Amino acid sequence: MKRILLVLLLAVAPVSSAQAVQPDEVLADPGLEARARAISRDLRCPVCQGESIDDSNAPISRDLRLVVRERIMAGDTDAEVLAFVVDRYGEFVLFNPRAEGANLILWLAGPGVFLLGAAGALVYIRRRGQPVATESATETALTADEQARLRDLIGK
Amino acid sequence: MIVEFGHFALVLALAVALVQTVVPLWGAYRRNAALMAVAEPAAMIQFVLIAASFAALTYAFVTSDFSLVLVVQNSHTLKPMLYKISGVWGNHEGSLLLWALILALFGACAAWFGDNLPPTLKARVIAVQGSIGVAFLMFMLFTSNPFLRLEVPPLDGMDLNPLLQDPGLAFHPPFLYLGYVGLSMAFSFAVAALIEGRVDAAWGRWVRPWTLAAWIFLTIGIALGSWWAYYELGWGGFWFWDPVENASFMPWLLAAALLHSAIVVEKRESLKAWTILLAIMAFGFSLIGTFIVRSGVITSVHSFANDPERGVFILLILAVFMGGALTLFAFRAGSMEAKGLFAMVSRESALVANNLLLSVAAFVVFIGTIWPLLAELFFGRTLSVGEPFFNAAFSPFAVALAVILPIGAMMPWKRGELLRGLRPLIPAMLLAFALGALAWAMQTGRTALGPVGVALGIWVVLGAVLDLWTRTGRGAVAGRIARLGRLPRADWGKATAHAGMGITVFAVCAMLAWKTEDIRIVREGGSYALGPYEVTLTSVDEVQGPNYQSTMATMVVRRDGAEVAVLTPEKRFYPVQGMPTTEAAIDYGFLRDIYLVIGDPQDGGGYAVRSYIEPFANWLWGGCLIMAFGGLLSLTDRRYRVAAGASRRRAAVPAE
Repeated sequence: MKRILLVLLLAVAPVSSAQAVQPDEVLADPGLEARARAISRDLRCPVCQGESIDDSNAPISRDLRLVVRERIMAGDTDAEVLAFVVDRYGEFVLFNPRAEGANLILWLAGPGVFLLGAAGALVYIRRRGQPVATESATETALTADEQARLRDLIGK
Repeated sequence: MIVEFGHFALVLALAVALVQTVVPLWGAYRRNAALMAVAEPAAMIQFVLIAASFAALTYAFVTSDFSLVLVVQNSHTLKPMLYKISGVWGNHEGSLLLWALILALFGACAAWFGDNLPPTLKARVIAVQGSIGVAFLMFMLFTSNPFLRLEVPPLDGMDLNPLLQDPGLAFHPPFLYLGYVGLSMAFSFAVAALIEGRVDAAWGRWVRPWTLAAWIFLTIGIALGSWWAYYELGWGGFWFWDPVENASFMPWLLAAALLHSAIVVEKRESLKAWTILLAIMAFGFSLIGTFIVRSGVITSVHSFANDPERGVFILLILAVFMGGALTLFAFRAGSMEAKGLFAMVSRESALVANNLLLSVAAFVVFIGTIWPLLAELFFGRTLSVGEPFFNAAFSPFAVALAVILPIGAMMPWKRGELLRGLRPLIPAMLLAFALGALAWAMQTGRTALGPVGVALGIWVVLGAVLDLWTRTGRGAVAGRIARLGRLPRADWGKATAHAGMGITVFAVCAMLAWKTEDIRIVREGGSYALGPYEVTLTSVDEVQGPNYQSTMATMVVRRDGAEVAVLTPEKRFYPVQGMPTTEAAIDYGFLRDIYLVIGDPQDGGGYAVRSYIEPFANWLWGGCLIMAFGGLLSLTDRRYRVAAGASRRRAAVPAE
């Protein structure tokens, strides 16, 4: 659905002729190109609804793809390229939120809840192993009405 | 006139839904059979009214009645008939009407098939279902009325978004909604059981078919959506961890968890409170999904502020239903004593682990989806959470689930032994490991994802086969094969669904790991190599479609000189919406898809062409369909029909 919104957005803006990665952008060295692709998949197009610059048709994404390749050619590491783009566009463009500050909540939430849940499940399972937890038979017995219904249901 | 009739029917449906909510609840409280009996006809009348309303709107779309705002905004006289009809639900108001229609359909089904329910439970289930109907009908009538008229109708409409003019997407929303809304039944059963203050094995059996049906629809709906994204969006991706996709994935995960925990309630009378909670949360996530999709809040807090009315209304619905149900749960959960005892190593424990992993996975998707919102609200940071996060945070749980699945599936109830349980699985383990290692050896310098996918896929699929086979007991092979056919459908369904899951896991890994991509400029008449294939761009022509213009390339794919396929990728332009779309051309194959996309003409002549070889693409959707089919097999199991059979027998022999 985001793409639909994107296209609606583009329909208002002048329709560009650019379309995802273009042949003329591709670097000659396949190793460097692979790095560029990997980086651009982690960068979000600033004007779209949640597309990476690798997938996006927006002109700004093309510019960013070229910037990424320029920095790679200039000898930057992947982290330096990302930092370069984040300095100019903010952390909004990072699809992979940095594990620092408040973002630690995001990164630790899954494992944290898993550990809590696992602990709870263990306690529960251990308790189910102990016969003391059973109720007395009278409490759980069916009423006469329910007995009749049961006979009905199983067809006897 | 017909439109006014539809509008009126909708208002009437709201009134009926109110009656359906209040009267049976009161009746069940007072043990008044006459009042409780109102539930059944009310549910059916509500369904008939909403169906009439839906038919009226469909009529307006089919006849292109441009006095309706909705038709003007979403239709056009030149649009093909299929899309005139699918245009009914291709927009906010119409999709809500479909939502309400399906909701009422499920309510009516409960009235229809609910003969074997205790009368008070039945009355309460239908009443709770009615109350959800009240909320959504009010939402529609007050904020999103599909029947608004224009004083001066225009000559023609603004057309449906071209991306939605596609057979895959015509059927995607109805399936998804059948799933979303189907979970409302699980919710209604949970709330009704809480009001009754009693959950037993029978409750587990009643709630399971509804959940199963909802899960089947969700599976198909999600697969259709993913398939549509694959062929329509033009770069072969199949899942984007987009908020809207996540909105459908969370209920799916929870529905899967609920399916499994309801088995424990049914067979062992344990995990009752947890199952009730899951049933509430599964529908809660459907509502959250609706909220995310309909309010636009996830895109940005600011777009929410632009149209707060709808968002606030859905939030209110969410608060009332979740708040109400959870409060009720807090009061009643303590009284739901578990009965069955089981040891640490047992089927029960395995299903607890399954539930833990599925719920945590759903939670990870949830936190990732809403984190941008929370970060902006509480920490003033505008950030994004995308694929890399989900791949890192979600996958471990998915992998763990696949690893424990075959072991848990064969574990005996109550008490098992880990080593004895593993013994029948040794062949699967060895083969998975061997073929995973082989895949690792054959590919050099690529990610471990492919081999891991191979190993997991074989482990789960073979595990499912061995599960069925062990179930036939001991003895001669011929006898066991004969017994295979007599196994209950539920066993077949379970094995089939698990195998489908294994195939899907494998296909996801294979597509992510082994995709081949090629981007280049090709002139007319030019050829290039794509993996083992040779692709020739024979010609590029201008073609006129019913409501679009197309630049259509004709491309021939050969392998060793023999023609494999002639493909015609297109770039379309829809003049009414002023919108271009790319139509990829795909040669579907058993082991691979060849996926071609034509781009723009280049300054120096020729066209930008992107080509992909997508390995095992069809296995992904095939796996999902097999999963859904497994669910269907299970749904047709004898034990869900026992009660129906009993009532027939009773009617046939009244003298006894």
